[in-house]
Amino acid sequence: MNYLTEALAWIADPANQSGPNGILARLAEHLLYTLIATGGAALLAIPIGYAIGHTGRGSGLVVGATGAARALPTLGVLTLIALLAGIGIGAPLIALGVLAAPSILAGAYSGVQAVEPSTVDAARAIGMSEWQVLWRVEIPLGLPQLIGGLRSAVLQVMATATLVAYVGGGGLGRFLFLGLKTQDYPQMLAASLLVVALAVVCEGLFEVSVRVSLARKAARSRSPQLIGG
Amino acid sequence: MNWLTNNLPAIWTALMAHLALSLPPIAASFLISLPLGWAAQRYRWLRFPLVTGLSLIYAIPSLPLLIVLPLILGTTVRSPVNVVVALTFYGIALMVRSVADALDAVPRDAVTSATAMGYSPLRQFFAVELPLAGPGLLAGLRVVAVSTMALVTVSAVLGVHSLGALFTDGFQRGIIAEVVTGIVGTVALALLVDRALVAIGWVSMPWLRVRSAQSETGGSA
Repeated sequence: MNYLTEALAWIADPANQSGPNGILARLAEHLLYTLIATGGAALLAIPIGYAIGHTGRGSGLVVGATGAARALPTLGVLTLIALLAGIGIGAPLIALGVLAAPSILAGAYSGVQAVEPSTVDAARAIGMSEWQVLWRVEIPLGLPQLIGGLRSAVLQVMATATLVAYVGGGGLGRFLFLGLKTQDYPQMLAASLLVVALAVVCEGLFEVSVRVSLARKAARSRSPQLIGG
Repeated sequence: MNWLTNNLPAIWTALMAHLALSLPPIAASFLISLPLGWAAQRYRWLRFPLVTGLSLIYAIPSLPLLIVLPLILGTTVRSPVNVVVALTFYGIALMVRSVADALDAVPRDAVTSATAMGYSPLRQFFAVELPLAGPGLLAGLRVVAVSTMALVTVSAVLGVHSLGALFTDGFQRGIIAEVVTGIVGTVALALLVDRALVAIGWVSMPWLRVRSAQSETGGSA
């Protein structure tokens, strides 16, 4: 437990908090990596997922991508892309994006896929075009699955972003690998605790926002009944 | 290709180390999840803490967990025990939900029939519920197995030997072939274990074979 107090003291030390190599700067880097990688992956994966879900063609790609993503070792993808693309922050960001894409793809796809066929038929029957069906029926109804996919992508990227420091980038992993190199266990522990805390806080935020939106949805669907009854 | 042929013994050692680190957590998480999933399915109030609570473990990034865990275990960061325990936690996080869901899917009629026939709760579980939940359990176990095999490699940055060592070594020495070998080896080994689990399911649940054969002939007719 001595290590734990040392680690907490390391985090609490103002000298470690600010400055270009401080906790706050590394935390900002960590969040920025997560945002860029997940955002980039989403820009690519969401349209593809919607196209597959709407047309029903190419669903094998989704199944294959999610299956492969589970088996792919993140460290391997990261080191391979770093070797291929060279030093710099571009390579790790691409690797993080590659790791984020399958769950976003699956989320977008399954959201559209899970919409009742009769609902889609009804939308067509009242004269909606295919674009309107997608935009006004399938996408809104499929939002929970998409958010679920984004959530696991963010968590996965945030966890893997710790490894970015291994291939020369920044982020909270910097402290971890610095501690590893200098055999400074308290510093490694401090960095680990920060990453774990970040992951838990993000998971909590997602959970709360999902619950709030569900509660709102329930309230909305209840009110017409009240008026009608 | 040259690198590959020159380093076959080293790759073989890494492969064996990889299996030694990943098979125990796969088996352990399955055995530990059975009673936990059973309890979550049997007692409603336990479901949320067990299923949702344990799945939170999955949100903990693996490398930090490998560093924090020795505090509790009293091992070193590089200890294989540390890696096995961490991977077992991740396995449980995924598997308890699968066990509870698989037991949910067992037809109630079968369970009530067993009760009516005077089966003790223990016998009812092992003779009726467990076999009928088999397909769901197998599906969950396959997910655990594949993700465990991939997760093992992270421990390489701490100096634990596995196929992940090919990533760290290949990266430091700039050998692309080595990293590619590591990725292909990890995925191939995961697929192999996955196939083995399917084969175990095929042997241990013969009634599924009859059903799938029937549906196949039914489909072609």
